[in-house]
Amino acid sequence: MTAPRFQPASAPHMPPAHNVSELMRRVVYALVPGTLGMVWLFGWGVLINIALAVTAALACEAVMLRLRGRPVQRFLRDWSAVVCAVLLALCLPPLVSWWVPVVGVVCGLVLGKHLYGGLGYNPFNPAMVGYAVLLVSFPGQMALWLDPMSSPGLLQSLQLVTTGQQTSGEALDALTRATPLDHVKTELAAGWSLSELSTGPVFGMLAGAGWEWINLLFLAGGIWLLRRRVIGWQIPVGVLLGLAVPALLFWLFNPDQFAVPLFHLLGGGTMLAAFFVATDPVSAATTPRGRLYYGAGIGILAYVIRTWGGYPDGLAFAVLLMNMAAPLIDHYTRPRIEGHARGREQDGD
Amino acid sequence: MSAAPLFDFPGGLMLPGRKVETGEPLRQPELPEELVIPLKQHQGEAAEPVVAVGATVCRGDLLAQQSGTLGANVHAPTSGAVIAIEQRPVPHPSGLSAPCIVLRADGEDRWSTCLPPPLHDWADQPPAALRERVQAAGIVGLGGAGFPASAKLAVSEKLALLIINGVECEPYISCDQALMEQRAQEIVVGARMLAHAVQAERVVVALEDDKLQAMAALQNALRIAPEPPVELVAVPARYPAGGERQLIRTLTGREVPTGAHPTDIGMLCQNVGTAAAVYRAIALGEPLTSRIVTVTGEGLVSPCNVEARIGTPLQALITQAGGYREQARHLIMGGPMMGFTLPDDSLPVTKTSNCILVLPESPQPREAAMPCIRCGYCAEACPVSLLPQQLYWYARARDLDQAEGHGLFDCIECGACAPVCPSHIPLVDYFRYAKSALRSQERERRQAELARQRYLSRQQRLARQQEEQQQRRERKKAALRKPGAAEDPAAAKQAAIQEAIRRAREKKQARSGAGPEDGDGRT
Repeated sequence: MTAPRFQPASAPHMPPAHNVSELMRRVVYALVPGTLGMVWLFGWGVLINIALAVTAALACEAVMLRLRGRPVQRFLRDWSAVVCAVLLALCLPPLVSWWVPVVGVVCGLVLGKHLYGGLGYNPFNPAMVGYAVLLVSFPGQMALWLDPMSSPGLLQSLQLVTTGQQTSGEALDALTRATPLDHVKTELAAGWSLSELSTGPVFGMLAGAGWEWINLLFLAGGIWLLRRRVIGWQIPVGVLLGLAVPALLFWLFNPDQFAVPLFHLLGGGTMLAAFFVATDPVSAATTPRGRLYYGAGIGILAYVIRTWGGYPDGLAFAVLLMNMAAPLIDHYTRPRIEGHARGREQDGD
Repeated sequence: MSAAPLFDFPGGLMLPGRKVETGEPLRQPELPEELVIPLKQHQGEAAEPVVAVGATVCRGDLLAQQSGTLGANVHAPTSGAVIAIEQRPVPHPSGLSAPCIVLRADGEDRWSTCLPPPLHDWADQPPAALRERVQAAGIVGLGGAGFPASAKLAVSEKLALLIINGVECEPYISCDQALMEQRAQEIVVGARMLAHAVQAERVVVALEDDKLQAMAALQNALRIAPEPPVELVAVPARYPAGGERQLIRTLTGREVPTGAHPTDIGMLCQNVGTAAAVYRAIALGEPLTSRIVTVTGEGLVSPCNVEARIGTPLQALITQAGGYREQARHLIMGGPMMGFTLPDDSLPVTKTSNCILVLPESPQPREAAMPCIRCGYCAEACPVSLLPQQLYWYARARDLDQAEGHGLFDCIECGACAPVCPSHIPLVDYFRYAKSALRSQERERRQAELARQRYLSRQQRLARQQEEQQQRRERKKAALRKPGAAEDPAAAKQAAIQEAIRRAREKKQARSGAGPEDGDGRT
């Protein structure tokens, strides 16, 4: 056989082991158990939010890519817009008006992502940018969490989402109830103690009724992501420790005024934030040690906001604040390069 | 087997082995009619030819002599006639030509009659005598780096540890494995010779823990001749465990400081192939004229290990491996992680050719890379604890100083970061680019400094000349004012002519002295 014409290539000559869209898809898969838990607890509204958000995200992404002159097909296939949309949708109260997820996604993707240069260039987590815009702009809509296990059927839900009213003419407000975090916060402010509150219907077996199971399901998905090595352990462990350690200290100090650590760990969006939101690699710190600090910062800030701040759950703001700190954290946590002295002191070797 | 504890190095990758069957005897390619022997097959200075075109040589005769302290002798790989000493294409990433000796084989393959005699009593010889033998035999590091072995052996103090590196961590390559399985005795004796040459306190032969056959062969060799002691250590198979620094870290837990050599911390690493070549040079008197090459890859019909003479064209090796398959697209010298592509298979085998890899269509994705999402997988894989994602940003932004500050030159270009990148960014290309840009920047800076100095000295010279001219003029004026000068106009004229000739000569001298400098100064 004659010698073929050989083509140049540069080392390494090994096929890539991953691709971005596969990683993003795995994040979506890992969200499935928690999402199903939310659907079981809150009904169709969860799925309607996801459908609205994903549709809006794909449309918005396509338009922005076209405007920016980027290959639309290739970047749409990276699934990053879908992940962002699903994460935002899962943060929203079910059965909010249809425009709430749409506005959130558009703000997140346009302001939080494409105006900074698109995938890989956004300093802030786009889903949390969208969520923060909604929380600040439409606090009324964002407080409409349903009473667990009492959600209306599909048609009723669709009607509520599109018109804000049920066929009976009853408004959404009739179905809603404060979340456990919200409830505890207002009641504590009203002078009740936690020992009195913990016997109430808002508390379940471990933490807030219903929410504890959602958090455990998101935890299961997160552990799967860890095992598949899609995410590293540093950020989730950092978030959970950052939340649990202050919670434990304050709870030991005054158990009547400060909730048990488990209430925080399995309450609100803790597990979703720890494993899925804070781990967005683009806006997080990138050094191994830096990621631990970054996660811990989110946990501590979330505890502070939950306990003393103006919002029942502070994870979104905690994530955004730590996004700002990520470059600084990276700068100060560079790993010691092999063969270099440790800091100022000489390496013992 | 040694029970000494092993240590871990950061990062690394688990890679598929894809090694060929190493049990079968080494194939010998047919002697080619023409061998092309590059004068530089090692790090350092090219060797100086000591034969003329037309000379008849035998296998083992010196063709070119080491020049400079860093260099290596080159010997005739077979008997025949020198038909040319000229520029020929050589296997090098640059694809450039380099001076080579072209040998027409006479087919008799006669050994030279003036080889040094076998050194049976090597253990009683002074270390320097062994080092001289190694140097004369033209042995260089056969693991791929090609550092002259004798230069590595020139240590001033006793070494604590000599490591014989059989950790062949790149996929596909199995020439060291074949050598360990088939010539374990040579490696063990060669290791002892090297240990004697550097007065090492401890000798370790390291290999990967999944190379059971090689392990058994080495154990057997050690059982037959147990003294002086040589330890056998199996290290976990993980790329790049066979890197010099990574292996030292694994065996001792110590790090070689950046910019330093292992000998600076009392250690020396030599490849198993080098040890076997040292054995042949000392025990048999044979210089380095052949090596084992793995000829493999999905683009070949029957991959194998061959023992090839230096200078054999690659196509002879390809023929031994059954020829190309239809899908052959890339011809690579070295392994899949660090090897470089070659334009064609007429290039010769050199002392550092450990593997010829023929791969189908590049497994790298054709489509452009996606943006970096800072996932950090590259940092996890880096065996030097660099942050490849940061280096990539700096290299892309041409912020070369920052890249250097982030340890760019600590990058060993092992390529572990690139295959794990989900965005398929050719990270190593960026690092190679940044390194070469920094090197040329440094070169330019040095040149500019040189030019500045030349300019300054030229300015000084011009000022001096002007001053001298001024003085001469004044001298002349003074002479004209002398009363005697006016009385004899002919004599005055003669004096003026003499003075003019002297000036012209002076000027000419000054110009010829300054000329080349001026010329260079403007470059």
